[in-house]
Amino acid sequence: MKVLVTVKEVAQLEDDFEIAGTSVSDQYFEYDLNEWDDYAIEEAVQLQEDGIADEVVAVTIGPERSEETIRMALAKGADRAVRVWDDAIEGQELLDVGAKTRILTEVVAEEDPDLVLSGVQADDDSFGATGVSLADAIDFEWAAVVNDLDLDADAGVASVRRELEGGVEELTDVELPAVLTIQTGINEPRYASLRGIRQAQRKEIAHMTLGDLGLDDAATESALDLTDMYEPESESDATIFEGSAEDTAGQLADLLRDKGVAGQ
Amino acid sequence: MSDILAVAEHRRGELRDVSFELVTAGRQLADQSGGDLHVAVVGGTVDAYADALNLDGVDVVHTVDEGEEFNHDVYEQVTDQLYAELDPQYVLLPNSVNGLDYAPAVANGLDLPLVSDAVDLAVDGGVLTATREMYGGKVETTVDVDADAAVVTVRDAEWPPTEEAGDASVEAFDASIDEAAVRSTVTGFEEVGAGDVDITEADVLVSIGRGIEEEENLDLIFDLAEALDATVSSSRPIVDNGWLPKNRQVGQSGKVVTPEFYIAIGISGAVQHVAGMKGAENIVAINTDPNAPIFDIADYGIHGDLFDVVPALIEEFEG
Repeated sequence: MKVLVTVKEVAQLEDDFEIAGTSVSDQYFEYDLNEWDDYAIEEAVQLQEDGIADEVVAVTIGPERSEETIRMALAKGADRAVRVWDDAIEGQELLDVGAKTRILTEVVAEEDPDLVLSGVQADDDSFGATGVSLADAIDFEWAAVVNDLDLDADAGVASVRRELEGGVEELTDVELPAVLTIQTGINEPRYASLRGIRQAQRKEIAHMTLGDLGLDDAATESALDLTDMYEPESESDATIFEGSAEDTAGQLADLLRDKGVAGQ
Repeated sequence: MSDILAVAEHRRGELRDVSFELVTAGRQLADQSGGDLHVAVVGGTVDAYADALNLDGVDVVHTVDEGEEFNHDVYEQVTDQLYAELDPQYVLLPNSVNGLDYAPAVANGLDLPLVSDAVDLAVDGGVLTATREMYGGKVETTVDVDADAAVVTVRDAEWPPTEEAGDASVEAFDASIDEAAVRSTVTGFEEVGAGDVDITEADVLVSIGRGIEEEENLDLIFDLAEALDATVSSSRPIVDNGWLPKNRQVGQSGKVVTPEFYIAIGISGAVQHVAGMKGAENIVAINTDPNAPIFDIADYGIHGDLFDVVPALIEEFEG
């Protein structure tokens, strides 16, 4: 079985930053592998270690800079990676779910996987929708927000748990081929070993353009136009205790004593 | 085609709160677009659900008697068929775990743009403007949707629920389900997070988040809880890391708690966490980032390092 994992390098904002127009300058970002994708990679690598997956391929839509992050996925055990990028994608301020779906659909056509794992959402644009949209586009079955996976390759069924709200889990059998969106906590993502990091240097990251995938620039056109970006107004009316750690702890302790919580 | 179609959500015999919030959001959009609000309910005891959804501002409730519980293949097919029948401008779905299990498929299948996790919406001159968060809630954005129609998922608890009864017409909608395309089967539900500690019963919760950094540091939090005769709870990452069991998790996918005092330590206050603790009587936040959203709902705050403040606090009660 071949497993394709969609991964993304996400931009995380520092605590202090400035917005210019509809974007934030690069200097205020730190780049990292999307948290949910880390769990998706781990799940795929475990399928490989269990002898269920023959090959694990990571795919990303991202600029050259993201290769550093993608290589972390390779160091953790993915066999190779595909990186899709070109000027038309770079020119889009916000790549919407439809555009990502069109691009990934062609990658799936090239790679022909039996199972696609994606993170539930990306930490930057937070659409939370690309995996299910992709499943519909490639006519795979799917399950969103999966926190347990038991794969029976012979029967062609993935038995999953979906994490619903309020501490309820739904048990669902999903026919393969399928796209599963992976929730954090499904496993314990490993740290890359030194050996893994060395091996990752020799693994392939194939760069593909829209043209390589048989797409033209129109594929990147987003129906969503980013018109404004701003810091949410603070609604805080909290009483803030000022001073040193001892001072603030003292004021909080007084409050807790006053309210009868402790120290009576 | 200026109508709005909203699809309600239910689980295990009850309509979920977001269904009533969708009515409010849907009515608001219908007023702005000049159309009618259609609400559909799919599966389960549809007639009883239709009574409950016959609310102020709803023009038509469509009942679709297909199955008992949510199945995304059925919901996708039904929504497609309702769309074909009603020709609405906007399809409003909940941004819930189940909403996100079919809304993207509906959008893809109908070749419509998808706007997910909207916290505010406005229609003006045929253009839909949605407000969404990015970068973990650190910024808000507005996006204009450049299309005649769209699928929109709505974040829960952003619109108030509609409660007043209405005088909608209730119509049964006869969907035709292609069973061959239903390739997933829900086999059951399970409550998780039972255990020796019930954080929903605690008067005082000392709740810990990502700021604790290492598992070993949790001892500090248990020491504080002991000094205050409190119970330890946590935000999601602590449970994801396996440092605390699921029964300690506060938030959307964990427990909803309403203690007298909730002391949030090293918790940024993501919306999923806040959903589980905003009902606490007194909220105290200790966090190094003064812009952390936890301070928006806190009654008392300390902008400081938990590794300095917590030992000093323990000292206050034990020193």
